[in-house]
Parts: sequence; C-alpha cells; structure tokens
Amino acid sequence: MGMTLTEKILARHAGADRVVPGEIINAKVDLVLANELSAAVAIAAFRNLKGAEKVFDHSKIALVEDHFVPANNAQSAKLAQLMKEFAAEQQIENFFDVGRGGIEHVVLPEEGLVAPGELIVGGDSHTCTYGAFGAFATGMGSTDVAAAFALGEVWLKVPASIKMVYDGKPGPMVYAKDIMLKTVGTLGIDGATYRAIEYHGSTVDELSITGRITMANMAIEAGAKNGIFHADEKTIAYVKERTDRPFIVERADSDAQYERVIEIDVAALEPQIAFPHLPDNVHPISDVKEDVPVDQVFIGSCTNGYIEDLRIVAQILDGKRIASSLRVIVNPGSQKVYMQAADEGILKTLVAAGCAVNTPGCGACFGGHMGTLGDGERCISTTNRNYVGRMGSPKAEIYLASPATCAASAIAGKITDPRTLTLVTA
Amino acid sequence: MAAKTLSGRAHRYGKNVDTDVIIPGKYCSIVDPVELGKHALEGLDPEFSSNVKPGDLIVAETNFGCGSSREVAPIAIKGAGVSGVIAKSFARIFYRNALNIGLPIFESAQAVDDIASGDEIEVEPSSGTIRNKTRGKEYQAAAFPPFMQSLIDAGGLQAYVEQRLAQRAAGAKT
Ligand code: SF4
Repeated sequence: MGMTLTEKILARHAGADRVVPGEIINAKVDLVLANELSAAVAIAAFRNLKGAEKVFDHSKIALVEDHFVPANNAQSAKLAQLMKEFAAEQQIENFFDVGRGGIEHVVLPEEGLVAPGELIVGGDSHTCTYGAFGAFATGMGSTDVAAAFALGEVWLKVPASIKMVYDGKPGPMVYAKDIMLKTVGTLGIDGATYRAIEYHGSTVDELSITGRITMANMAIEAGAKNGIFHADEKTIAYVKERTDRPFIVERADSDAQYERVIEIDVAALEPQIAFPHLPDNVHPISDVKEDVPVDQVFIGSCTNGYIEDLRIVAQILDGKRIASSLRVIVNPGSQKVYMQAADEGILKTLVAAGCAVNTPGCGACFGGHMGTLGDGERCISTTNRNYVGRMGSPKAEIYLASPATCAASAIAGKITDPRTLTLVTA
Repeated sequence: MAAKTLSGRAHRYGKNVDTDVIIPGKYCSIVDPVELGKHALEGLDPEFSSNVKPGDLIVAETNFGCGSSREVAPIAIKGAGVSGVIAKSFARIFYRNALNIGLPIFESAQAVDDIASGDEIEVEPSSGTIRNKTRGKEYQAAAFPPFMQSLIDAGGLQAYVEQRLAQRAAGAKT
C-alpha cells in the first residue's frame, strides 16, 4: 500500500521506510521558525532546559519580527529585544528585524528558506503555508518550538490525509482565496483536525505559487495539521532562484490511502465570502442581498499580502477614489513586496485612491496594532480569520474575502461583488 | 504530573471557543500568567476573570482552542486560576500546548452534555474520572494515547527533552 505526500516526507525525516496514520514518530526538522511572540516564550523555555546551551543548528532557525512592528509599546519592544539578543548569542543569521523582513510566511519562501520535501515547524499556526512548496509544515506552541531549538527533532502524530480535487477554470474575479474559502466552508472549522489536506486537480496545477500559498495558508482554518501541494516546475524554478540547497521532490504514490476524497467544481464558483464570526461561515457573494456598509477594508496578511494581490487591488482602484465613508489599510507582506509595489507604481495608485499604506508586517490582521477595529465597526479583509475580537473590539464584525472583492467594496463603500464592477468599467 | 484532585465550579461555553476570545492579540505581548489571566476569555465572557475562583473548571463543546498557536492561551486560562478544561474535543495545537504547559485537559462528550454552569465538579487527573457533585453523576474521560501518557508520566515535554539531551551528551562522550 502506498503513502500520501505527507506520509512520504514524514517517513524520510523519521528514518523509516514507511509510516501510517496515527503512528507517533520522532522526525528531524529542516527549519524551525518563531516570531517575536512565540520566540519570547520559546526562548524562556529553552533557557529552562537542562543541558541545552546551543541551538541544534543555528542555520536552521529563522526568527522574524512581524506581529507588533514597529513595536507599539515598551512591552512588545521587550519581546523584540529578547529575540534579537537570542539571535546574536546563538549566531542565528536568519533574524529579520523590522525593515528587513515582513510577515514570516511571506519572508521565508522569498529568502529561499523553504524547499520541497522539507519538514518545517514554527511557532505560528500559519506555518502550514509552506505546504505550497511541497514541504510538510505545521504550527506549534512555544514549548514545542523550544524543544525543536534544542533537539532539531519533534514528535508528531502522522496525520491521515484528505484529498481535495479541484477541476475547472475559475470564472472572472474568482481567485485562489475564493477556492480556499469554499474549501474551508465545505470541510468546516474542525473538519480536517489532525488531518493533512493534499491539494490535487487541474485547477491547482494551473495556479501560481502565490495562489497555492493562499490555499495552503488557510489549511489551519479547517483545523488541519498541514496542507500540501505537489512541487512542479513552477515550484522548482521559484526555489532554485533563491537557494542552492539540494532538496528532494516527493510524490504521493498512486495507491496512497486517503481518508476522504472531496471534489470541487471550480468553474461553478462565484466569489466567496466568510461572514462573521467563523472562517467556515462561507457564502457565495450573491448571498449578500442587502447593503452591508463597511468601515474598514484591510488588504494584507500571509494569506493575501503578496505582489499579485496588490496588483489586483491597484488595478481595481486605478484612477478611482475609495468611498468617503470608509478607510482602506494596506500592509504589503514584506519589504520585497513593498519595493516591488513601489517599482510598479502600485503604491502611488493606492495612495492616490485614498489608501493608508503601512509598513510590512501583520498589521491589522492580528488586532494588536495598525488598524484595530472599534466597537460596532465592520471590516472586510483579505486575511484568514474572523473570530470575535480577532481585529480588535469583540463588538466588531469581520468578513473575509479576496483582494478583488475587498477592493470593489472599498470603492462602493459596502460589500460588493467584484464582477459587477468590471461590468461597469468594461 | 501531580495527581491532585481538581475541584471547583463549572464555567460552561459552546463550541469553537477560539484563541482570539481566550486571549485577544493585543494582550499577547504580556508575559506574566496572572496578568494574562485577568484577560482570559474576555472576548466571550467579559465577567469571566472576576467570577472565576481558584480551582474552577472550564467546560465546553467541540473544537476548544481553535485558531492560533499562541501558548499564552492555555497560560492565560491557567493564570486565571482554572484547574482544568473539559471539552468534547480540542483543537490540535491547543491540545499540545495545554499538555506542555501543564494545564490538565479532558475529553468527555457525556460529561459536557450533563454539566451546567455553576455545577460543582471534581476530576481525578490520574484516572480521568469526572464527578458532577451537583448532579451526583460520574464519567470517564478518554484516555490519553500511550505516547502522550508517557510524556505526562516523564514530567512533561521539558523532562522528555532533557532526557534526550542527556542521552546525546552521554553518546558523544563514549
Ligand atoms: S498576517 Fe495574520 S495570520 Fe499571518 S502571521 Fe501575521 S497575524 Fe498571523
């Protein structure tokens, strides 16, 4: 009996010929990630470990400041200081201070720190993003991260895999975000808990790397341990441009066992939107029948803070003004995305349209900084979570959608189907 | 893990209690558990931290702790004085984090169905026996998988990692 893609990568990292779902393994890690929040707790736990003075391999750790950047108060400044000191002490060269990196999950692939077949763990639940590159990647808490810092190994329960098959050409204004929202809505918020999602089908073969990133990123929104794509020529070209490190491209066996197979007809999809207050509360945009005015539009995050996303927004906002009743906050995902957006004139378009453009980082996604929502406010956002209080006040409402739907809503001042907009402007 | 009996009143919640309501992002830069505990469950139940008494238990439906990997979520709950959480199921990362930081968690759908807010609850962590003293009923929580139990018996992840580091150091010397 064959193995799934996830099982193959786990087996190799456990030094085993094969692994089966439910089995507990000790696996070697290729990269351990932490941000200033998870690192602060992990560093304290690491210092408490008897016998741990040096990290297992200083070149296989990445530390990124992104949640509260630039620091919003002395407390978060302290977390950043702790991380910086630890990086210096342990000679961790992959340390990204504000102004040098951006959002961890945007930065790591850009810097060539992620490659197919690798096993990556991180102190952030969206570590699953790297499944876009054919890596096994999963999020953990800080104590587990400290253990990985020390040992270069983690214990893992081998997850069963759910095979998602996407076929059909997406219609106008339907993007990877819409496909993934539909997926989360179909699986449910805990529908993939303790499971791997393996993405298949002609639609995802055609997707750009960014589109795959958006989809792998939100695997956790269905509770999954990881979400994974097969690496293809596009992936290999992307990675080789950024690193000389050798890597192994694995494939699922043709007789691999899947717990479930779910097919999604992408051609039939319209733009999707998650209503408050759960990411699986997903509806086609045509379900929005009444006017839903919004106070804030947020463009950014590790789901949709990439140059492709900003291009879509700029295209829609080009030569227009955002509605006077709302504000639009944009956080490019990384310094590189920011620079590219500057080069392409995107920043100018956005600012001319009335958007506030922040420094790269998590920004409003996390509700701590740079665009926190007030009581009773409503936001439409390109991010991945809309739990109560996620972006600030527990009395605020968050809708999740694609950059196109968010941009269309920014112009209209209310939640808007981006397809209606193209009809008007075409 | 110390097998002291956990005992207190139940605070009952629904399904999908996520990490953003357990401890909102804006408090995630706080390090002190007691300070974090003052904001525990603020997004769901603003009265929680003033109502909770040391030893009380949180009782919830499915998928408790879904969302982010923030370890401050179980730390905030523990910091508020809660002695344990009983739920129908837990989200994966929360489950791992709770065990790693020593917040006892128990899965029992039956117990959850029969518990109302304010009920007096007792739990024996070593056996997983849950008693609802208000209703005079007893339940058995699902056993931990053998590997998890051996981690707990070893004294948690920290002790387990220290053992492995010591083995490696001994191996390096010979
Ligand atoms: S952008 Fe949002 S979801 Fe992504 S790492 Fe930052 S806070 Fe988490």
